[in-house]
Amino acid sequence: MPHDPLSRVLYIDLTRKKYWVEDRADLFEKYLGGTGVAVKLLEEELPRGADPLGPDNVIVFAVGPLTALYPLASKTVAVFKSPLTGNLGESHAGGRSAAAIRLAGLGAVVIKGVSEHPVYVSIHGGKVYFRNARTLWGIRSSYTVGRIIREAEPGAGLRTIMRIGRAGENLVRYATVITETYRHFGRLGLGAVFGSKRLKALVVMGKQTIPVAQKSLYRQVYQEIYDAATRSDLMKKYHDIGTPVNVAPLNALGALPTRNLSQARFEEADKISGEAMAAKHLARRTACSHCPVACIHVAALREPYADEPYFYKTSFVSYDYEPIYALGTMLGIGDTEGLLKLIDVVEAAGLDAMSTGVALAWATEALERGIISENETIVKLRWGDSDAYVDAVEKIVSQPNEFYRVLAQGVLHAAEKYGGKEFALVFGGNEMPGYHTGPAAHIGYLIGARHSHLDNAGYSLDQKVYKTQGKPLEPEETVERLMAEEAWRQVLSSLVVCFFARGIYRPETVTKALKPLGIELGDKELEELGWRIYREKYRLKLREGFDPAGLEPPPRIFETPTPYGRLSPEYIRRALNHFARRIADLASSE
Amino acid sequence: MPSRLSVVDSERCVGCQLCMFACARRFGDGGLERSAILIRSIGGVERGFTVVVCRACRDPPCAAVCPEDALRVRRGGGVLLDPNRCTGCGHCRDACIIGAVFWDERANKPNICVHCGYCVNFCPHGVLALEEVAA
Repeated sequence: MPHDPLSRVLYIDLTRKKYWVEDRADLFEKYLGGTGVAVKLLEEELPRGADPLGPDNVIVFAVGPLTALYPLASKTVAVFKSPLTGNLGESHAGGRSAAAIRLAGLGAVVIKGVSEHPVYVSIHGGKVYFRNARTLWGIRSSYTVGRIIREAEPGAGLRTIMRIGRAGENLVRYATVITETYRHFGRLGLGAVFGSKRLKALVVMGKQTIPVAQKSLYRQVYQEIYDAATRSDLMKKYHDIGTPVNVAPLNALGALPTRNLSQARFEEADKISGEAMAAKHLARRTACSHCPVACIHVAALREPYADEPYFYKTSFVSYDYEPIYALGTMLGIGDTEGLLKLIDVVEAAGLDAMSTGVALAWATEALERGIISENETIVKLRWGDSDAYVDAVEKIVSQPNEFYRVLAQGVLHAAEKYGGKEFALVFGGNEMPGYHTGPAAHIGYLIGARHSHLDNAGYSLDQKVYKTQGKPLEPEETVERLMAEEAWRQVLSSLVVCFFARGIYRPETVTKALKPLGIELGDKELEELGWRIYREKYRLKLREGFDPAGLEPPPRIFETPTPYGRLSPEYIRRALNHFARRIADLASSE
Repeated sequence: MPSRLSVVDSERCVGCQLCMFACARRFGDGGLERSAILIRSIGGVERGFTVVVCRACRDPPCAAVCPEDALRVRRGGGVLLDPNRCTGCGHCRDACIIGAVFWDERANKPNICVHCGYCVNFCPHGVLALEEVAA
């Protein structure tokens, strides 16, 4: 598309404090944008075997052709080498990040090197400013960091402020990058990569025009997508109760991981369900830029100060299904106040809620079993004791002893050092998402490029298959279905649209949406593109040492029954063998 | 009767910014350069949002300070821009204390809300409405 600035890639070198723009139409024509282009840029820039926390690691942010042009095309893709898994890291976030990057006239931003002192980088008006961030380093709460930068930088309403908390500064391997207060590049430790580069924040502001080839067709397709998003039921579950609508049905199904997955039902689930949260605390809903759904549910938490009567603070805490799982059911916390307080502390520190919850759950069980003692944990961790967990979160961030230094590297490291691997809920180095729905969920975590439930939605396949036939598909069939879903999701995350909108952006709609932009891609071409990107990702993963034959499910998943009953190790083994063969074939294909 | 864009209840605003994109899309392209409405947070997303848009002053300060008579008072309030007379001096922007005179950097001219109501069609949460007002 002539005049569309999408193919402009901004390179930033933090070591030399230099920046330049290159036109990479070669990549955008072949891989569309988003994850497709980001993976190729990472592959180009990242030296083989680079230390994820060393100066050689590279961060790529990318958006795609639909960004800022259509509703729900609201996400930015970040790729990097993950300090948690030691392999390909990928994380998506919304807020205003995507629109700001696209309207700054960019398709991607590549960040390299390391600054000798803390900096934040601000991009506006075609320039990059390296701002001294010594004053911001060590600030207790990520909320405060956002507030300060908000006042120091121009472009309110037209910018993204991505920032890390102390967890990122202190290189906790599952630290997040927070954007617009409530959205996160959450998983796989992008926050620690920022921290290792002494990059406190990245501000991008933009509002420029994106020319469209067929203007009236554009408006017509826009209207159709807008109507589908606002008038159909496709997005209903996300806007009413939001993602926590899953708590109650997953609990009823017996698929809600509880107390480090020693159970799959939580007896207090109804107290922290989406319905209960909404009734007691829902204060406001907010949206990412260009999303009519507004799935971000914000709770008001009113807390008295113990030392002064009639003195309160009110915090606004965003909650979703995953934090309720990881910091709620996994830790046996059944009261909304305690849970919200814990979520708030995790947010202020800039930690990934999911990995943090799973790490604390592992530590609690390890303490219970006597594998470790209070000499290690300092805090007496007990299921349901949210105050103890609040203290422990602070210790993960500040790492006062050897135990917390190891726990800050992830559950896998902790279990390797202290034992307890049999109940360490880790998949490919990443802590478990909140679905014990059946074999597809667990296979999905293992074979997904990010080891995330969002790679291939195994939890969804499990629930569909359970409803229709009550017993699992053949393992090979499960793997094929998961791989096909993941391949299609490469298209969605190259456009880039939010996965929640996958029901709207079916292949025919994608084709239609691209047409007014001058991009002609049919069903078959989109499918091929998805597989091409999938293959490129795995090639990079293999280059960095990924071994499909070395994938191991955590033993705990076989002990606690799923809705299908106990999982069979043989079933998972067959699935993984099939996957290893498929990846070998795919990686060597043209 | 002429109409005027009205902010019914900014507390209902979720910050989706669809109105901003709609305003710019009137010209058929994407982006926000030509948008005459802005949604921004009130000191952070955690505090909610504010809608910055022309409130159709009956005696608009922006028109009063225009040295070229490029801003004509509109029936129903607000102003209409004559781009041929506008020299891009920016006095109108400075005169609007609510910041509702936006700037098209490329054209070097103000973006003026014409109270057409196109954005209202894309406000899914009932924040904006078009209301009839006396001429």
